[in-house]
Amino acid sequence: METKYFGKRIQRNEDPRILTGQALFVDDVELPDMLHATFLRSDYPHARINSIDISAALARPGVIAVYTAKDMGDYWKPGPLLVPAPTAIPGVVFNKRTQVPMAREEIRHQGEPIAVVIAKSRYIAEDALADIVADLEPLDPVVDVEKALEPGSPLVYNDLGTNLASHVQQENGNYAAAAAQADVVIKAHIVIDRGIAGAMENRGLVVQWDPKSQHLTVWATTQAPIALRNGLSGILGLSESQVRVIAPFVGGGFGPKIMVFQPEEVVLTWASMKLGLPIKYIEDRQENFLAMTQERNQIHDAEIALTKDGKILGVKDVFVQDTGAFNSYALTVPLNTQTHTTGPYKVPNYYSEFRVAFTDRILVTPVRGAGRPYGVFVMERLMDLAAKKLGLDPTEIRRRNYLQPEEFPYRTGIIGQDFAKNILDSGNYPATLDKALEMIEYEQFIKEEQPKLRAQGKHVGIGVVTFTEGTGVGPYEGGRVTVEASGKVSVATGVGTQGQGHYTSFAQVVAEQLGVPVEDVRVVTGDTDQFHWGAGTFASRGATVAGNAIHAAASLVRAKILKLASKTLQVPEEDLVLENSEIHSATHPTTCIPLGELAVKANPSRGAVEPGAEPGLEATAYYGPPYGATAGGTVAMIVEVDTELMRVEIKRYVIAHDCGTVINPLIVDGQIHGGVSLGVGNSFFEKLVYDENGQLMNGTFMDYLIPRATDMPYIEIGHLSTPSPLNPLGIKGVGEAGAIPTPAAFAQAVENALADYNLEVREIPLSPNRLFELLEESKTS
Amino acid sequence: MKPASFEYYAPTNVDEALARLAELGYGVKVLAGGQSLVPSMNFRLAQPPALLDLNNVQELFYIRPTSDGGVAIGTMTRDSQVEHDALIKEKFPIIAAAMHFMAHPQIRNRGTFGGAIAHADPTAQLPAVVLALNGRMRIRSQQGERWVAAEEFFVGPFTSVLEPEELLVEVELPPTPAHSGWSYRQMERQAGAQALVGVAVMVSLDEAGKCRSARIAFLSVGETAVLARQAAQMLTGQKPTAELIHAAAETAANVDIEPGGDIHCSVEYRRHLAEVLARQALTEAFERAGR
Repeated sequence: METKYFGKRIQRNEDPRILTGQALFVDDVELPDMLHATFLRSDYPHARINSIDISAALARPGVIAVYTAKDMGDYWKPGPLLVPAPTAIPGVVFNKRTQVPMAREEIRHQGEPIAVVIAKSRYIAEDALADIVADLEPLDPVVDVEKALEPGSPLVYNDLGTNLASHVQQENGNYAAAAAQADVVIKAHIVIDRGIAGAMENRGLVVQWDPKSQHLTVWATTQAPIALRNGLSGILGLSESQVRVIAPFVGGGFGPKIMVFQPEEVVLTWASMKLGLPIKYIEDRQENFLAMTQERNQIHDAEIALTKDGKILGVKDVFVQDTGAFNSYALTVPLNTQTHTTGPYKVPNYYSEFRVAFTDRILVTPVRGAGRPYGVFVMERLMDLAAKKLGLDPTEIRRRNYLQPEEFPYRTGIIGQDFAKNILDSGNYPATLDKALEMIEYEQFIKEEQPKLRAQGKHVGIGVVTFTEGTGVGPYEGGRVTVEASGKVSVATGVGTQGQGHYTSFAQVVAEQLGVPVEDVRVVTGDTDQFHWGAGTFASRGATVAGNAIHAAASLVRAKILKLASKTLQVPEEDLVLENSEIHSATHPTTCIPLGELAVKANPSRGAVEPGAEPGLEATAYYGPPYGATAGGTVAMIVEVDTELMRVEIKRYVIAHDCGTVINPLIVDGQIHGGVSLGVGNSFFEKLVYDENGQLMNGTFMDYLIPRATDMPYIEIGHLSTPSPLNPLGIKGVGEAGAIPTPAAFAQAVENALADYNLEVREIPLSPNRLFELLEESKTS
Repeated sequence: MKPASFEYYAPTNVDEALARLAELGYGVKVLAGGQSLVPSMNFRLAQPPALLDLNNVQELFYIRPTSDGGVAIGTMTRDSQVEHDALIKEKFPIIAAAMHFMAHPQIRNRGTFGGAIAHADPTAQLPAVVLALNGRMRIRSQQGERWVAAEEFFVGPFTSVLEPEELLVEVELPPTPAHSGWSYRQMERQAGAQALVGVAVMVSLDEAGKCRSARIAFLSVGETAVLARQAAQMLTGQKPTAELIHAAAETAANVDIEPGGDIHCSVEYRRHLAEVLARQALTEAFERAGR
């Protein structure tokens, strides 16, 4: 299809504002008489609250209010479950324990809020924290996920009698029977850690209750403005029309900002209504480490059964997952792991079982990748071990097991995060492998380059892994497209944004349909007064779901334009062309009308409007996919390991990526770059270290390292396109693509670089210290 | 992460600053570049009742040659200014080399040379470099002036010999002898992150090509920057062969230092790094000295 805007590598509409500091972020909101809030957070991971004395804090000049859970009366209650329990899975165990506004009787993780101070400035509020006397009785903390499930472990919830939050078993085929027939069965114990989302902007909130208009306005760094509005109005006993949630520019979300009805949101909206004054709360980085949701470790015992020529007969994976003190976000993370493990491969028999444990740590919710990288890591490690055992090239064993392009849609038989049996809609994995190998010059590297460098004493290695990314899940999103009298177009959607470039990619979709410049399309997303239906920006679904909804709305507007222009110009619709913000006849180009003029005609100020007609050139449409669109790709990475200092350098990073039809390759590249950065972090930097008392040991960016520009390799991207058959635009998501395969590719490459050490990488992240230990072990074994 | 309230003083000359220090003693903290102090105030780890801001004391910003061929650096001279100074580059290239690893350029633009010394962070580059260069500190108070050698200056983590009424006003570096060589090496997890181990080495050779002197100063291996004295002794008076350098590095890592472990680096890995880095640095320094 010949396009003018759609699919073009164009610069982002929003960047000039962001780069020159002209974009509104939550902390930019300043209101008259605005108060500032800060929270007293527990140092203990587990403790009983005997008493909290707030009198000295209240007496401090400038302090307006101090509240504890007890002050909230009946308003205090555990929040709702944000994702339903997966009752669709037979035999599932799910013990619900959701997050509370502030700890009332018992503290269950370090950083849990126990009091809030509202003062005339943040400085005064922080001064007053030291005035609060909290009598806390420390209890034995539950820190280690495996020990949490052992008999006799201290309990996060005494009333539950166990730390088991859930237990899920799923099987497709019969793994035991497959393993019995296999030539080889390979087992691996694999430990994977992840960490914080680390968005540049921490959470922020400004709440304003206007007693006269009886209206609540909330500016929030949320990925789900509509869910937040609907939930808060319910919690506060207000009509949804009394609450407006605005998610302005958001400086990165990466998952945790999808988490709604967080303690701060619930407490401060209530406080603003009580005080009748606006309140600002900006989370600082220290709090972000102790209070924002995160991901943590999974521990797997996995095995793979194969024939001697490397055909997979079955995979078995049994793992535990830490959910922290609450499970408000249910099982999205482990279910994503479960559905993504077999990935691009044909695995006829797959058994997967997981147990989730409560611990005295921050609750786990999805972080970019959201459980998928764990599954990919497990599977790719199994494939590498199998290749080694069978004497196959790692790329060859993969090639022998890929699902082939003609096998789609492919049913894996495993229920995923959307509670439907997982279906891979389309893909071409062999093509991504070919492309990646060509880009990295695989043959040349292993036959010439690597032997040459090894002869020089250098430890260089290559890793090649293929992955899938389930994207674009339901339920739905919507969009409204309006042509204004100026000829410019406004678009409203409720999906929200976290910096992905929606202001541009959605504009491109509309510009293509309506023949207007991209910069003339103004997108509003994340203001519930502009559009109040939608789910949110998560699970790599924005472009796929909202993009198609907006496309549908733009197509309806296009039809309206053609109909009215045909009537106005007396030209048949088939002869009309929409370009350069005007409609003209293809055969008589001078017969034309500017789009703005047509919009005015569609909204007459006098005269009768025909019955059934709608005013204006406007339409609203929705799109809900039947199931998710599956993106995928292959990563190839070359690393060099300095075996003296234990420094690992990524020399080359190649990704052949397929996210279906691309709206804007520049934005897709950016998404991949960001994802790779997170993947690099997971590979050798990011790990939340808790001591045996449940104290976080690295709660600052000085000790918790995230990749910086200097740590990033140059990323070579190859675009392939297997359009999704599920949606009119053929789009698949890309938000998590870079994060998913990177740790697995890294492990394989490091292992390959250290071939002469007989070392197996069965864990991630691999810090220099850990690499040192592994090398020492390999010397003594 | 907002600091507690504090009084603020901004003197314009050293005498005024010293008077304020004499008056307030432990009740005041000197603010130089603020790159360590201000974050710790924001974390409320430090809550000084008052700050004495030296940023308007023009007489403390300088780099100048000394009469004996060394260099004197005024305490408020910005790190980046030292890093890019022609005289420093000519006489003490090790400083610019080490500074490359010191946090980030933006921080070096604000951070000061004397501030980094007075802060006495055992994981910082400059104390080890000044120790390797055998520098000395000029300290003033209303009572007068005293000089303290780097070896005496650092007494513990974030602790120096400075008394509350005293101000570090200058760091003086003596000239390096003929046939000198230098090296700075470190391992860090990422650019700008704290060094897991670092080592600053200064050596010189005599006419016969034997080691006349060696100063091996480590960072991040103890409570202060640490001189590896026994390793230096092994080298002194000897031909610096590869075998001897290996042995000296081993001694440095296993005898001269008592490192601790942390979440980034175990004791074993730290000793391993100290040995590798000392060997690499000594080899490079002797190579440079022989040129």
